[in-house]
Amino acid sequence: MHEFIAYTIIGLVVGAAYAVAAMGLVVTYSTSGIFNIAHGAIGMLMAFVFWQLSVPWHVPAGLAFVITVFILAPLFGAFVERVLIRRVSSASVSVTLVVTIALTLVLIGLVDKIWPPTSRVVAPFFGNHGFNLLGVFVIWQDLITIIIAMAIAIGLRLLLFRTRAGIAMRGVVDNRELIGLFGGRPSRSSTFSWSIGASLASVAGILVAPTLQLDPIILTLLVIDAYAAAMVGRLRSLPMTFVGALAVGLLSSYATGYFPTTGFWNSTPIQGLKLSVPSVLLFIVLLALPMSRLRSGVQRRQVGLPTASLARSIQGGVLLVAAVAVGVNFLNPGNVVTLGISLATGLVCLSLVPLAGWGGQVSLCQMTFAGLGAFAMSKFGHGGSIFGLVAAAGLAAVVGAIVALPALRLRGLYLALATMAFATAMDNMFFPSAVVFGFNGSVHIERPSLFGLHVSTDKSFDIFLAVVFAALAIGLLAMRRGSFGRVLIAMKDSEAACATLGLSLTMTKLLVFALSAAIAGLAGALLGGAESVAGATSFLMLQSLPILVVLVVAGGAICSGALVGGLALGFLPSGVEYLFIGGAGVILGANPEGLLPIAYLRGNRLWKGMAPRDVDGPSAALLGTDKAGALAGGTAA
Amino acid sequence: MVDLDVPTETAADSRPVLELRDVHAAYGQIEVLHGIDFSVASGGVLALLGPNGAGKSTSLRVASGQMVPTSGCLHVLGRHCNGLKPDALSRAGMCTLPDGRGIFPNLTVTENLRLMTFGGSTRAQVEELTFARFPRLSERRGQVAGTLSGGEQQMLAMARTLSVEPAVLLLDEISMGLAPMIVAELYELVAQIAAEGVAVVLAEQFAATALGVATHVAVVVQGRIVASGTPDALPDDLADAYLGGVAA
Ligand SMILES: Nc1ncnc2c1ncn2[C@@H]1O[C@H](COP(=O)(O)OP(=O)(O)O)[C@@H](O)[C@H]1O
Ligand SMILES: [Mg+2]
Repeated sequence: MHEFIAYTIIGLVVGAAYAVAAMGLVVTYSTSGIFNIAHGAIGMLMAFVFWQLSVPWHVPAGLAFVITVFILAPLFGAFVERVLIRRVSSASVSVTLVVTIALTLVLIGLVDKIWPPTSRVVAPFFGNHGFNLLGVFVIWQDLITIIIAMAIAIGLRLLLFRTRAGIAMRGVVDNRELIGLFGGRPSRSSTFSWSIGASLASVAGILVAPTLQLDPIILTLLVIDAYAAAMVGRLRSLPMTFVGALAVGLLSSYATGYFPTTGFWNSTPIQGLKLSVPSVLLFIVLLALPMSRLRSGVQRRQVGLPTASLARSIQGGVLLVAAVAVGVNFLNPGNVVTLGISLATGLVCLSLVPLAGWGGQVSLCQMTFAGLGAFAMSKFGHGGSIFGLVAAAGLAAVVGAIVALPALRLRGLYLALATMAFATAMDNMFFPSAVVFGFNGSVHIERPSLFGLHVSTDKSFDIFLAVVFAALAIGLLAMRRGSFGRVLIAMKDSEAACATLGLSLTMTKLLVFALSAAIAGLAGALLGGAESVAGATSFLMLQSLPILVVLVVAGGAICSGALVGGLALGFLPSGVEYLFIGGAGVILGANPEGLLPIAYLRGNRLWKGMAPRDVDGPSAALLGTDKAGALAGGTAA
Repeated sequence: MVDLDVPTETAADSRPVLELRDVHAAYGQIEVLHGIDFSVASGGVLALLGPNGAGKSTSLRVASGQMVPTSGCLHVLGRHCNGLKPDALSRAGMCTLPDGRGIFPNLTVTENLRLMTFGGSTRAQVEELTFARFPRLSERRGQVAGTLSGGEQQMLAMARTLSVEPAVLLLDEISMGLAPMIVAELYELVAQIAAEGVAVVLAEQFAATALGVATHVAVVVQGRIVASGTPDALPDDLADAYLGGVAA
């Protein structure tokens, strides 16, 4: 009994913290229409700010809390809304997802730079003092957490339903223009709602910081656990969100307390399940959501880049292979390896091109599929057996289809969140298992040998990767020109229009998901080969985020975008890549076409007649390798 | 509210409350208004008539500040107002009911009314005026507006014209999809508001009802005003073509 009470109290406290985070998410979403993936990162940043104020600068904790929560966080939220969100407020869901994901990366990168990793401790309010409740010792901080959560719930309810500003905030989502015609200022409403969201994020971040390390990633991911709660409230209802948060907290706590730890139960997947309660719940809640209303498509501004013809794509492929074959001889050994990693990462990016670039389905678990591929390669690719690659693509495709199957009825944001939940669960349950990547969490991955052809040296492996990339790109482009490709584009343009045309998208989605997963799996096997090892921490959900952002920045709908994206991820010095890629995503994410198509069109106009008209192929390779050369030269010098 | 004892007749003719002068407007690259001129004086009711897609709604969108004209001027009470935001114009005394229903479908009736207080009246005033005029809304005050009948929704939208005491009232196809009885009731209200000295512009595709209250008519076709004047001074052929044979 005593134990049960203790776990219940822990669950309620954790649930209360989730509730604060989730309610902030819901308020922002329901009043600005944008799901803020960066919510957790904002809370994380503010927890660091609070630490900075209260520890190094010795501001009393209460005052530091007030400064952070009531001044700095709201200002930051307003700043984000004014500078970033306003530009994309009427853009498609994928654009807003990419922009807020990019913001997440920026904030993680920024905090890493400002506060280099060391151990930092945030003390609970009133230290370890507390009181006895039914024989369980409860520290004041826990009680404060619960009280604050309830106060926020009541306060938000009053704000949104009893004040004109709050009602206007709810009205803005319905009809932004109409608020203006009523004499209200719609831009103020959105700014206000982001201020509140950031403020609530900061409360959540500060409240959980004492129990966790002050670590940018841990704190950012914590709020993802709150997504499940927000989903229980369908991103609208605050009371349901609150109940959902408490349920998530209690279930997690009971799972920790009562899961058997012996025998079969001691395996990583089962123990990982304890940590994955929120993501598993998120997945279940998403699946239980009623079918969302079909919305008519968002009008897209097209730059009008035609799809590369077969001849062009073959030219491009040949150029890429030739450039790599020549280029590797001028690179130092380190950069030859980096080029290989870049090309393999480019393949992971490429896996998103048909899915996200053409089909408009955002997936946040491509690195998870890559990890499955690396796992398959380590099991079946002994001696570089080609079966390893086949198994990699096959396993990832099967798992991709299995994930997609229940998620098929989801779209847009919900689909993205479902893939995120899947990836997070895999982070906890699959990859840490000794069965997967060995007891020390890393295994050697062999490079494939094809028909007696050895690609085991770094240089030959780079060329091999270029060949694989070129072949896949040529194949994908051929598919894009065919009827399946046209259905994908139609799906991106408007699922509602497809439905009215009698075009069933179920099979299309399933196929493109499986195809995308297969490419990612293959890429993962080759990425493992490029790095020689695959590790339990190489394929985390968080690592799927830069893949998406970098691809969208470079040009999400073109194969060369994937190449440039991979090169950027590979060659950017570690430590700044999040800042860099996130920054680019934040600035350019509002432009859904990406940089390369625009560059191509500009270039086309400049060299009319000289440059090929449909530029996807050759200039792609040219641009890619130019950049590789420049980057490699830069690092070699 | 504009003072009732202002001699509206003379004031009306001397100084238009709302005036569009040679207004051009475009959606993206496509120009849809190619020079629209009209003005309306205090107490006047201008009916903008014309076929679907003629540019009536776009003209009203320019007048309400929702669209900035590519050239030409918007004058309100003699002031040049190009580029003024809708909320500023609204607080300055312009009341616009856009096409569709000018209400928030996911808010309740009372919440919708609450948002009508941006003009300066209190919540109690708004509710009192509304429920006195439309008792049916009073029975449904807690109901989500989107679940009201079409007529009730339009009454709720019109309630804003009661409480904000506008100087200019812009109405875009308020009769759309409503039963004739309700349309008659709404137009009676429009006439009454105009009689209090408000300048009214109403866009309608079907003219018969609008002409009952209009003091002036302008016919819009393909982004241009092709005829304007008092309702009975319109050339017969235009009347036949666009006004659904009012002469008959
Ligand atoms: N949001 C819009 N985007 C592009 N074109 C529009 C938009 N709204 C209206 N149009 C076009 O502008 C023209 C005038 O439309 P509108 O002012 O709504 O006409 P009316 O109200 O007289 O029926 C039409 O040709 C219509 O197709
Ligand atoms: Mg219209």
